[in-house]
Amino acid sequence: MTIRLLRMSVATALLIMLAACSDDNDDSVTEVPEEPEMRTFEVSVFNLSANQPLSPIAVIASDGGMLWHTGEAASDGLEALAEGGDNSVLIGADSTLGSTSGDAPLGAGESEMLTLSLEAGSETSISVASMLVNTNDAFSGITGVDLTTWAVGETKTYLPAVYDAGTEENTEMAGTIPGPADGGEGVSEGREALDAVTMHSGVVTADDGLPDSVLDSSHRFANPVMKIIISRVE
Amino acid sequence: MKAPSLQNTLLVTGLFTASFAQAAELEITVENLTRGIAFTPILIAAHDMESHLFVTGEMASTELQAMAEGGDISGLEMVATSVAADMATNPAGGLLMPAMSTTTMLSTEQMNTQLSLVAMLLPTNDGFVGLDSWTIPETPGTYSVYLNAYDAGTEANDEVRGSGTPGEAGMPVPPPLENVIGMNGTGVAASITNDKVHIHPGNIGDAEIDGGSSDIQNTVHRWLNPVAKVTVVVSE
Repeated sequence: MTIRLLRMSVATALLIMLAACSDDNDDSVTEVPEEPEMRTFEVSVFNLSANQPLSPIAVIASDGGMLWHTGEAASDGLEALAEGGDNSVLIGADSTLGSTSGDAPLGAGESEMLTLSLEAGSETSISVASMLVNTNDAFSGITGVDLTTWAVGETKTYLPAVYDAGTEENTEMAGTIPGPADGGEGVSEGREALDAVTMHSGVVTADDGLPDSVLDSSHRFANPVMKIIISRVE
Repeated sequence: MKAPSLQNTLLVTGLFTASFAQAAELEITVENLTRGIAFTPILIAAHDMESHLFVTGEMASTELQAMAEGGDISGLEMVATSVAADMATNPAGGLLMPAMSTTTMLSTEQMNTQLSLVAMLLPTNDGFVGLDSWTIPETPGTYSVYLNAYDAGTEANDEVRGSGTPGEAGMPVPPPLENVIGMNGTGVAASITNDKVHIHPGNIGDAEIDGGSSDIQNTVHRWLNPVAKVTVVVSE
């Protein structure tokens, strides 16, 4: 329903713009540079967790690269996203060709649609990333999905797993988790010993016997926690 | 006059065959992949593109709630009947226990191109195993799908004995589970944190049969996804 409503509002906005154009009676001839052909993608994200708000969703088009690799150390941009929910460093990377971001965290059970327009012709891959904010450094998303061959109208659904950025110990202790379960610190100094992106093994929580954890049973999660639907609409 | 009209008929038939899925004969096997979770009576439905038994990210219907909280599939059967779905109901004849499989046949009408499946997970408050609108392949062969565990979002996961009636707290405990479920737990979660259909966060349980927070056993009644394997044989 949310998606349909958003689509309707886009259509309404276009109608308003067209109506505004029709009032234009300027007779002067101006050289209009040829508009580049655009490829537009709608990215819908659903939060399927029980109680893990997702930090503002980052949708990033890059020149072919992956934003993370399992078994390798996280970039500083991924660390900022996974520890503090801050996607600005990741978006600001030199490899970014286009991006969009949610305005606010996406709560459990919520969904939103983001739109990304790119000039046709560029070799691009898309990544979607977000932190599970009631964790130390868990994130979920997809990276390096090739967009170059997508036809208009093509739609794909992704159900990505949860990853551990491997940059902060999973202590679950007060002061270390930025989400509403704690309100603690985001990005911490330094890296944990392993310093590699891996699959996440889940949170333990106080309800399961980790005495110093600020988390409870509602913060536990199983894969997947995110549903991503990408459609090429132009 | 006759020849053109025959040609037209052939052309129309050809188009019809090309653009619509065939009616299908399916042999469907559902395997419970868990070590300690039982499936209540299973509902399998083949239906059209517009219909769903459940949709992640949306509120559960009252019929889905009745299935997820109490294992009652009668409401969903009525909904499926109303959209002319083809169904296989309760193929296991009751609970499908851990590591067990059940097989059923399903003949599908041409319009019913999507396969869905639901069954409550026991012991849980409102957990269920689900498949939402898997497109039935047109090419004969054997296909496998792995299914996740979902939370209907309609009841707090307190993990204590209670009711299978929609809207009433606690878990139903049918006779086959009577001796593996604990007693007198004080309750794990007191509230719902996501009221839409979502991925189940899993059982917690505890190590105490009598007392503790949960009536579920933490070494027995947990799972990781996937929780079921569905094998579909599409006949010629």
